[in-house]
Amino acid sequence: MLEINPGLIIWTIITFVIVVLVLGKFAWKPMINALQAREKNIYDALRHAEEAKKEAERVLAENKAALAKANEETARLIREGRELAEQLKNEILAKANDNAKNVLSQAQEAIQREKEAALLQLRNEVADLAVIAAEKILDESLDDPKQKKIVDKVLQQLPKN
Amino acid sequence: MALFFLQQIESSVDSAHIAVDSAQVAAGAAHGAEGGLFAHLLEHVHDSHELDTPFGAIPLPHLQFFGIDMSITKYVVFLWLSALVLVVSLIIVARRNSKAAVPKGFGNLIEIFVEFVRDEIVLPNMGPAGMKYISYILTTFFFILLMNLFGLFPYGASATGNVNVTAGLAVIAFIMIQISAIREQGMKHYLAHLTGGVHWIMWPIMIPLEVLGLFTKAFALCIRLFANMSGGHIVILSLLGLIFIFKSYIVAPASVAFVVGLNMLELFVAFLQAYVFTILTAIFMGLGMQSEEHESREHSH
Repeated sequence: MLEINPGLIIWTIITFVIVVLVLGKFAWKPMINALQAREKNIYDALRHAEEAKKEAERVLAENKAALAKANEETARLIREGRELAEQLKNEILAKANDNAKNVLSQAQEAIQREKEAALLQLRNEVADLAVIAAEKILDESLDDPKQKKIVDKVLQQLPKN
Repeated sequence: MALFFLQQIESSVDSAHIAVDSAQVAAGAAHGAEGGLFAHLLEHVHDSHELDTPFGAIPLPHLQFFGIDMSITKYVVFLWLSALVLVVSLIIVARRNSKAAVPKGFGNLIEIFVEFVRDEIVLPNMGPAGMKYISYILTTFFFILLMNLFGLFPYGASATGNVNVTAGLAVIAFIMIQISAIREQGMKHYLAHLTGGVHWIMWPIMIPLEVLGLFTKAFALCIRLFANMSGGHIVILSLLGLIFIFKSYIVAPASVAFVVGLNMLELFVAFLQAYVFTILTAIFMGLGMQSEEHESREHSH
């Protein structure tokens, strides 16, 4: 058991060296490589998942922000639209009122004008009628200065309006 | 927890020594009656030129090369058997593992051990540079483990229970420790380290001490593995021997119960000692690989 046996030592060394060389080439190297490859895969997969998660979170935040912005925009548009409508309504109303007033005043002016014109015409007609009537009454007896005097007298007697 | 186990193992080694002593005393004192019995029992832990099988002993060839006895003895056979089983099974496992995306069953078990050796033994003690030597470290672990386990089979023997086998493993460990140290820190620093960093007047004392230190590490590896593996076998043999000493069947149940317990312990020790040899080799290699880096940092201050 404790006796020294160089042959056994040498056999051990030879065997061990062969085993190391064979296993190193055909077992450990492929195994360690496979292990490292798998570890790298897992690490990469985890990192990708992490990145994807971050990306998803970012997109979600973006979407939320966009939605909030859109909501705000809509509210703003509605508010602005209302304001604009109000303004337009007021403007249109004001314009319509103005127009109505204009039309009314124009109509009144026109009426006034027509009335004056009618009065003037009436007065001329009356004067002509008076002349014709006087001429009929007096016939051709009167000379021109007398005739003129009478006409003026008649005109004087006519009502002032 | 670990301390408790270590104590247990120490005590098992101690008891093994006592058993050896008592066995020798018994063998010496009563050479006639029980001496033959013990001699026969102890043959199981001795090297021999015959291989015990269930079908009788097979004689093994005597060989001689350059004046050295290179006979294929019992332990050489178990050495080769372990090597063969290891190489064949691990190559099959490596093939299967490289084909599957995720190893299953036995391949997965082996991969757990490989990962353990890499992450718990090589990388913490030797750093990333240790990956160059991982084939050696892995082979040391699995080869010693398998040789240890072979002793637990009936008719089997632990090659690691022989001091010559562990000496061979220690010689390789010694060479690997020196090679890794020289490769990682350079010949100059390696030799400088042997002076212990003291004044040159002290060199005649320091250099022999440092050189001795190099050898004690490997020597301790050799003796620790051998003593632990042979110790358990001797204790088991001694306990079974009690049955024959007392020549009584009454002793048998107690002896067998103890032996079953010891076999469980042996199974654990087989793993533990493979781990201890491996991690100590890794630590010694790591010390040699890092010490100079550490020292040169001190010099630069």
